[in-house]
Amino acid sequence: MIKTDILIIGAGPTGLFTVFEAGLLKLKCHLIDALAQPGGQCSEIYPKKPIYDIPAFPEILAGDLVDNLMKQIQPFQPGFTLGERAQSIQTKDDGTFIVTTNKGTKHHAPIVAIAGGLGSFEPRKPPISNIASFEDKGVEYIIRDPELYRDKDVVIAGGGDSALDWSIFLTAVASSVTLVHRRNEFRGALDSVEKVQELKNQGKIQLITPGEVVGIVGEKKLTGVSIKQVDGVYEKACDHFIPLFGLAPKLGPIADWGLEIEKNAIKVDNTLDYQTNIPGIYAIGDVNTYPGKLKLILCGFHEATLMCQSAYKRIFPDKKHVMKYTTVGGVEGFDGSKKQAPKAVVKAIK
Amino acid sequence: MEGKDVLIHITDRDGVSHQVNAPTDMNLNLMEVIRLYELDPEGTLGLCGGMAMCASCQCYINSDHKLPQISDDESAMLGEAFHVLDSSRLSCQIPIDTSLVGLKVTMAPQE
Repeated sequence: MIKTDILIIGAGPTGLFTVFEAGLLKLKCHLIDALAQPGGQCSEIYPKKPIYDIPAFPEILAGDLVDNLMKQIQPFQPGFTLGERAQSIQTKDDGTFIVTTNKGTKHHAPIVAIAGGLGSFEPRKPPISNIASFEDKGVEYIIRDPELYRDKDVVIAGGGDSALDWSIFLTAVASSVTLVHRRNEFRGALDSVEKVQELKNQGKIQLITPGEVVGIVGEKKLTGVSIKQVDGVYEKACDHFIPLFGLAPKLGPIADWGLEIEKNAIKVDNTLDYQTNIPGIYAIGDVNTYPGKLKLILCGFHEATLMCQSAYKRIFPDKKHVMKYTTVGGVEGFDGSKKQAPKAVVKAIK
Repeated sequence: MEGKDVLIHITDRDGVSHQVNAPTDMNLNLMEVIRLYELDPEGTLGLCGGMAMCASCQCYINSDHKLPQISDDESAMLGEAFHVLDSSRLSCQIPIDTSLVGLKVTMAPQE
């Protein structure tokens, strides 16, 4: 069981900055995120896009913003459960919470801060009518163990980096690899595109473009796919079909936690501390809604800051606390580091 | 500066058609107009914010208007979107201007 003071669900910019504000109050944080890396949308969707409305940064790439935040929170030694989705929540008799992920990892904290953005990133599933009945019976949206494909015939669909990279990788494992994409052009990294071209020339990858997998063939298990091409629909025998169309956010299991939901977002008290209808559970950043809400990173930072003050009072109801400026109090990390403004030197001139 | 509105016909995901006045002086794109008129539940349209990096705002163009050319980003995204037709565009990539008077679009099914 992982124990912490504030359990943050979502490691996007708002979740990461929460660690800093909590750290100033000597509160420890642990973050859960469905993605394998921190940064949320900034890392997953637009790391190379410049953002222009972060105060004091006339321009910063989303990926750099995440790197800076990670550096800023490093002294507060946050814990991470990455690649797992927060699945269920249980309230204990003492009002604390246990959050369990889809992989069964349990976390215990007196405060839960949901900073889940638009939700957890899930694979985009192509609209093939019978695909759901073949999931894990030959259809996989994520490659967890490449060994599963050893000496098998594999069909991959998609035109981005993951489709290209896995096609390349699986040529060394699978018996055959077929890559299907609706366009002749691929939008992946240039060297991946060139590598696929090379493997195609060597006959190690069969490329079907323009083509689209439109059906699954099989009874209890997948035995093939139907591929639509310019001149008709063909069946292709295979053992596995791996659609790799990237990820899209879904609010997911959080929607069933008993929280008040409005407009696909969690309703919070914006007059005070961004607490939800369940005391001790807060929602900050893009995941929340209140009158006048704006889904901006800078608003998430503000919400995280106020939320931490409220969390402190909830954890230590009897302690007196005064907000301290970092210019005055400095930053004392949990790792023993200390940053402080240099003291002025007073010296007489003789 | 007083802006001019253009009348646009939008068929929503339930097949209901709407005639909306889209302002031309607010630097809006079509995805934002759909949002402005709440023709789609919040949190389901324009998930990437309008960067042509998701396909949640895909629509079909049903009139002969001359639209801005499809950029590489939009083209790549449409290459991986679902329910794509020849008339598909990402509505976030269509800026609202006076040339769009009478534009007819249908929102693509939600993924």
